[in-house]
Amino acid sequence: MFSYLVQRLGTIIPTLFFVSILIFSLQQLLPGDAALILAGEDRDPNVVAYLRAKFHLDEPLPVRYLYWIGGVLQGDLGDSLRIQQPVLDLILQKLPVTVQLASMAMVIALVIGISAGIVSAVLKDSVWDYAANVVALWGLSTPNFWLGIMLILLFSVSLGWLPASGYVSPFEDLKASLASMIMPAFVLGNAIAAVLMRHTRSAMLQVLNADYVRTARAKGLVERIVVLKHALRNALIPIITLGALEFGTLLSGAVLTEQVFTIPGFGKLIVDAVFNRDYAVVQGVVLVTATTYITLNLLADLAYFLVNPRLRG
Amino acid sequence: MNFMSVTRGLGLAFVLAAGLTANPSQAQTLRIGLAEDPDVLDPTLARTFVGRIVFAGLCDKLFDLDEKLNLVPQLATAYEWGGDNKSLLIKIREGVTFHDGEKLDAAAVKFNLERHKTMAGSNRRTELTQITSIDVVDSYTVKLNLSAPFAPLLAVLTDRSGMMVSPKAAQELGDRFGTRPVCSGPFKFVERIAQDRIVLERHAGYWNSKEIHFDRLIYLPIVDATVRLANLKSGQLDFIERMAASDVPGLRGDNRFKLAKIVEIGYQGITINVGKSDLAKGNPLGRDAKVREAFELAIDRQGVVQVVMEGEGQPGNQWVSPENSYYAKGSPMVKRDVNKAKQLLREAGVTNPSFTLMTPTTSDAQKVAQVVQAMAKEAGFDVKIQSTEFATSLGLADKGQFEAYVLAWSGRPDPDGNLQQFYTCNAPNNYSGFCTKEMDDLIQDSRTKLDPKERLAAYEKIAAIAAREKPIVYLYHRNWLWAHTTKLSGLRTVPDGMVRVQGLKFN
Repeated sequence: MFSYLVQRLGTIIPTLFFVSILIFSLQQLLPGDAALILAGEDRDPNVVAYLRAKFHLDEPLPVRYLYWIGGVLQGDLGDSLRIQQPVLDLILQKLPVTVQLASMAMVIALVIGISAGIVSAVLKDSVWDYAANVVALWGLSTPNFWLGIMLILLFSVSLGWLPASGYVSPFEDLKASLASMIMPAFVLGNAIAAVLMRHTRSAMLQVLNADYVRTARAKGLVERIVVLKHALRNALIPIITLGALEFGTLLSGAVLTEQVFTIPGFGKLIVDAVFNRDYAVVQGVVLVTATTYITLNLLADLAYFLVNPRLRG
Repeated sequence: MNFMSVTRGLGLAFVLAAGLTANPSQAQTLRIGLAEDPDVLDPTLARTFVGRIVFAGLCDKLFDLDEKLNLVPQLATAYEWGGDNKSLLIKIREGVTFHDGEKLDAAAVKFNLERHKTMAGSNRRTELTQITSIDVVDSYTVKLNLSAPFAPLLAVLTDRSGMMVSPKAAQELGDRFGTRPVCSGPFKFVERIAQDRIVLERHAGYWNSKEIHFDRLIYLPIVDATVRLANLKSGQLDFIERMAASDVPGLRGDNRFKLAKIVEIGYQGITINVGKSDLAKGNPLGRDAKVREAFELAIDRQGVVQVVMEGEGQPGNQWVSPENSYYAKGSPMVKRDVNKAKQLLREAGVTNPSFTLMTPTTSDAQKVAQVVQAMAKEAGFDVKIQSTEFATSLGLADKGQFEAYVLAWSGRPDPDGNLQQFYTCNAPNNYSGFCTKEMDDLIQDSRTKLDPKERLAAYEKIAAIAAREKPIVYLYHRNWLWAHTTKLSGLRTVPDGMVRVQGLKFN
C-alpha cells in the first residue's frame, strides 16, 4: 500500500509540472497584447510600458514562467491584472459558489435522472417509458442559456417567485441562497439528468434480464425489492462513475449558466479573465482546477486499490 | 417512486424554493445593475467607463457637469484663470471630510493631483501633463501652474483626475488602495465581491447630505442585457444602465418602470488605416480620400441607427454630436448619394474597391459592419467582414494590421478628449495613422483657447480637414438607455453616462 502510494505520488509531481507548463504556454498563445487591454481606453504609452514591466510581459517566456511558478510554489498565484486583487483570494471567493452550484445541480440530476431511468426500464415500452425518453431528449437538446432565460422570465419576471439572478451565501441567508441557486442548479442538473436517465435505463434493462434477477423473482420477492435492492444496486456502478465525471466537469465552472444567472463562480471568473487577458487569473484558476482533477483521480485510484483485493497482488 | 412522483417532487422543490425567496423590500437601499464588472477602484489607476459609474457614488470631484455639460462646482467652489491663462486658482469647499474622517483641504488636493501625476501606472498623467506644479495658497486655495494655457483642464477635473482620495489612506495602502478606496463622496466603500457586487454605505459626514436619501448603494454587474432587465422587472434591481435598444418597446407599455435616455458624448465610427502601416497603401480606401468620400456617401447613417440601435441614437459625422455646442456647423453631415459615390469612384479610377472591415464580436459592432457592408455594396464596394474578439482586434489595430475597423469611443466631456488622441501624430489612439503638421498645430492651438467662440472657430478648421481626409468615418452617437422603477425620482441625465446619486430618492 505504502509503495503504491509513493509510486502514484511520484507520477503526480511530473504531471503537475507538465500541466503548469501547458497552462502557461497555451495562455501565451492568445492573440492581443495584455498590457494594451489593461491600459484601458486611453492606452497611455507610459501605462502600457509600466504594465509590461510590472507583470513581466516584456520578458522572455521561460523567465515569465519561472516568475509565475516560483510564486505558485510559495502559495502566491499572483494578482489579478485587472482588479489588482490576489488571485488566491478570488479563487477562495468563487470556490464555495461553484461547489454549491455543482452539488445542487448533481442532486437534481441524480434524483431526476435515476428515477426516470428506473421508471423507463421497468415500464419499458409503456407511455411512461416514452414520456421519460422525450423528457431526456428535451433535456439533452435544450441549450442552457435558453432554458435559463425562459426560467427567469417565468419564475422571476412573470410569477415573481424567485430572484432573477445573483448569489447569496448560505451562511448569510440559507433561504435566499437556495432561492437564488435553484434555477441555475436546475438548468445544469436538467442536462445531466438526461444523460443519467439514458444510462440508468440501459444499465437497468441489462440487469433486469440477468439470471440473478430472475432468481430473485422466482424466490417470490416483491417487484419493488427486486428492482430497488437487487437490480438497481448493480446497475448503479456505471451511473456513479458517470455522475462523478459530470460532477468534476461542473466543478470547473459552468460558463453559460453562470453568465445568464450572474453566479460569481469559476466559469464566469475564467471567461472574464480570458477576455480581459488577465493572465494571472486564468493560470491560477486552471491550475487549481487541474490539481483538483488530478487529486480526485488519485483518491479514486486509492479507493479502487482498497476495495479490489486483486490490485494489491 | 414513479415518474409522476418525480415530477411532483420537482414541482414541489420549485414551489418550496419560491416560498423561501427572500426578496425583502429594502426601502433605504438602492440597487443599480451595471453592464460590466468595473476594474480597479482607484481613481488614479482606473480605466473603464463602468468604473466611473461606481465612482459617481464613491468619490466626489473638484467639478461636476450638469445636463447641458456646463461646469458646476462640487469639491471646488470657484476657479479663476490667471497669469496669461497659465495658472488656475481653485477655491476648495470647506467642511468636507473623507470617509476616514480626514479633512479635505488644499494640501489634500495638492497631494491628489501630484499622486495622479506621479504614481506608477497612473492613467491620469497625460490628462494633467500641462500642470507643472501645484501651490498651496492657503488652507482652502490651490494654484495649478501650467506649461501652457489648457482649456480642457476644467473638464478633465470633472472626471477621475478631479477625484480626491484620502491622503492618509492612499499612503497607507499604496497601490492596493483600490481594494479599499477612501474618498469623500456620498457613499463609502464596504465590500467588493468581484463579478458579483460592490456595496457602499452612506457617508455620515457627507457635505451635501441633504441630497442623499439612501443608506446603502449596491452595484451589481450583470453582463447580459436581457437578464439585467429581468432583474429590474422582478424587483431585484431599482435601476439599470445601458439597456438594450431592442428592449425599449417592451418597457414602454409598463407603467411600473420609466425609461430615461440621452445622447452620449462618445461616438461609433469606422477608423480607416490611412497611414498606420503599409496596408494603407495597399488598398484604395486607405490610399485615396476620394474613395473614402465615396464610402461615406454610400452610407445612410439614419438607416444604420435604425437597424443597429432601433432608432435609439443620433446620426453624426464628427467627434461630438450635432447637439454639442462645439459641433462644427461648417462641415455638415452629407446625405446618402449612391450615384455620386459611384461617380467619385470612377473619378478615382477605381472599380469595385475591396477592403476588409475588422469588427469586434459585440452584437452592435457586428450589426454596424453588416449594415455598412450592404449599403456600401450598392455603390460598388466589396466589404469583407472580419469578426475578431475585442482584445485581439485592438492588438491588430495597434500594429496597423487592418484596413478598416469598427471602433467606438465612450467620450469625454471636453471635445478635446474625443479629438486630440485620434488625430495627432503618434497619439496612442491614433489607429488610422493620420499625421500632418497642420492638424497637429491646429489641435494644439485649439487647446489654448479659453474663449468658447475662439475654440469653436478652431474646431471649424479642424473639422474641415477631418471631413476632407476622413481617417475616421463617424456614424452615430448612441442614446444612453436607462430604466428604473417609477418609485425612483430625482434622476439627472447627464450626457457622460454617469449615474449621479445626489437627489435620487424613492417616492
